[in-house]
Amino acid sequence: MTKSKILMTGNEAIAEAAIQAGCTFYAGYPITPQNELTAYMAAHMQERGGVFIQAEAEVSAINMVYGASASGARAMTSSSSPGISLKQEGISYIAGAELPAVIVNIMRGGPGLGNIWPAQSDYFQATRSGGHGDYHSIVLAPSSVQESYNLTKLAFDLADIYRIPVMVLGDGILGQMMEPLQFTNIKPRLKVKPWVLTGCVNRKPNIVKSFYMAEGDLEKANLRSQKKYKQIQSKEERWEELFAEDAKVVLVAYGSMSRIAKSALKYLRAKGKKVGLVRPISLWPFPKEAFSKLKKKYLVVEMSYGQMLEDVQLSVNGKAKVEFLGRAGGGVPSEEEIIAKVNRIYNG
Amino acid sequence: MDKIYAHPKSLRDVSTHYCPGCGHSLAHRIIAEAVDELGIRERVIAVAPVGCAVIAYDYWNFDCSEAAHGRALAVATAIKRVRPKNIVFTYQGDGDLAAIGTTETIHAANRGENLSVFFINNAVYGMTGGQMAPTTLLNQKTSTTPDGRNAKFQGYPLKISEMLALLPGVKYIERVSLASPQEIIKAKRAIKQALVNQIEGLGFSLVEMLSPCPTYWGLSPKLSMDWIKETMVKEFPLGVIK
Repeated sequence: MTKSKILMTGNEAIAEAAIQAGCTFYAGYPITPQNELTAYMAAHMQERGGVFIQAEAEVSAINMVYGASASGARAMTSSSSPGISLKQEGISYIAGAELPAVIVNIMRGGPGLGNIWPAQSDYFQATRSGGHGDYHSIVLAPSSVQESYNLTKLAFDLADIYRIPVMVLGDGILGQMMEPLQFTNIKPRLKVKPWVLTGCVNRKPNIVKSFYMAEGDLEKANLRSQKKYKQIQSKEERWEELFAEDAKVVLVAYGSMSRIAKSALKYLRAKGKKVGLVRPISLWPFPKEAFSKLKKKYLVVEMSYGQMLEDVQLSVNGKAKVEFLGRAGGGVPSEEEIIAKVNRIYNG
Repeated sequence: MDKIYAHPKSLRDVSTHYCPGCGHSLAHRIIAEAVDELGIRERVIAVAPVGCAVIAYDYWNFDCSEAAHGRALAVATAIKRVRPKNIVFTYQGDGDLAAIGTTETIHAANRGENLSVFFINNAVYGMTGGQMAPTTLLNQKTSTTPDGRNAKFQGYPLKISEMLALLPGVKYIERVSLASPQEIIKAKRAIKQALVNQIEGLGFSLVEMLSPCPTYWGLSPKLSMDWIKETMVKEFPLGVIK
């Protein structure tokens, strides 16, 4: 494995990370701005021992992932917002059947066909079980090409450990931009999976399903999942903190947005303003812990009209003031807008 | 004395939830017999549909996956690609295969996936209470065509097997019936052929079975068999289509 850094887009870094993580099945469907990911898989999957399928539809792609995972492969699909909406049925079935799977959403503007500009408008869909039923996906939000690579590797491990869909939630900026990337030697934590479909040689048949008709069975299965979700919430909260200790105003931003917030933070610190940053890395479970030492004021900045905002409000539970700055549909809150907003609320 | 007939190992010894006279029990049984006779029980991975046969895995004694409504052939495609040495088949009704899952069906066939498909055509949605299926005959009454299927508003019975036969990726398609002992023997032969094709790596095979649904046809089991023989086969002629 190369020791020197190479230049890659976020989309390509996710694809390469998946292959290095032992992903042997990928199915996808064309949609901008994530096409480089699918093209990378088409170019490399087969030569490295995996299966690549350009599916006839997003719905088929996610159901192929279901089948591949049911038969034991580490499996992934990727898309962008409208395509991810189509995959929700399949994600619900994957959650119901307790299958590991990795789903990449490189978010674009919505609703509807929206546009192909970056956005963070799918936060609710990603973190609130976008399909039917009481379930969760783990949601990881990288903010650089390197982190896209790192978190994709982690996504496969978490999916296997908890038998749960894991979403890597990026946006059009992250998918398209190129940055230097250093491969890591982190080996995939491959699990023995006695439940997979292999043919019933010397064992009773295995069944992969999410259908529980007999009285009480579905509730039992749901409670098993809820127990798992509690465990994930206690173990898998991830976030980054900058200058949060003495801050009067703490910026809260994730993904590409957090990089602009960091620039604003740097500027404001240079001006002597006590500003900090919390960058959620896991969006579900949301890093509530990061908000346990309450600050006076939080400023949530998103490329949406206030979705993560609700999780911050829930985390501080009315005990701190939460302000918001957001744009969506092609607009990205600028460094200047963030600085101006901080200045307005700093002494307020 | 030689034992010439026994309960197939591939079929669990459990009571059935199917209605009296339903064709699913017959289809399950002859598939299980075919699997046993080919000695492939430990290699089989079946994909069950959504519909009356959703719990086919409670009857079959081999590995099974459930699939969302219409998605069986996407799920099966992936299973077979991941495990090419296993024998993978889907079992799907007319709504599953020829309405909500039309996309998955056509494209799996067009890719020439090395799969076997067992397609139960009973011209009606059974599990949800007897609604119009893509294969419902003209003038056939269902809960959503109370005056009978009218071509002007509901179109025509969809002959998906004939449509699929046009695709170069498809190796074998035969339409059989479960309406008499002779026809059931032929159906089992077709099922075996579809499985042998897969074992030999020949590509996509599909067996369509005209199957009785006495409950939602409003007929006795006997009259249901007669209806297949006298009426249904006129719209869906039996035989090798490809």
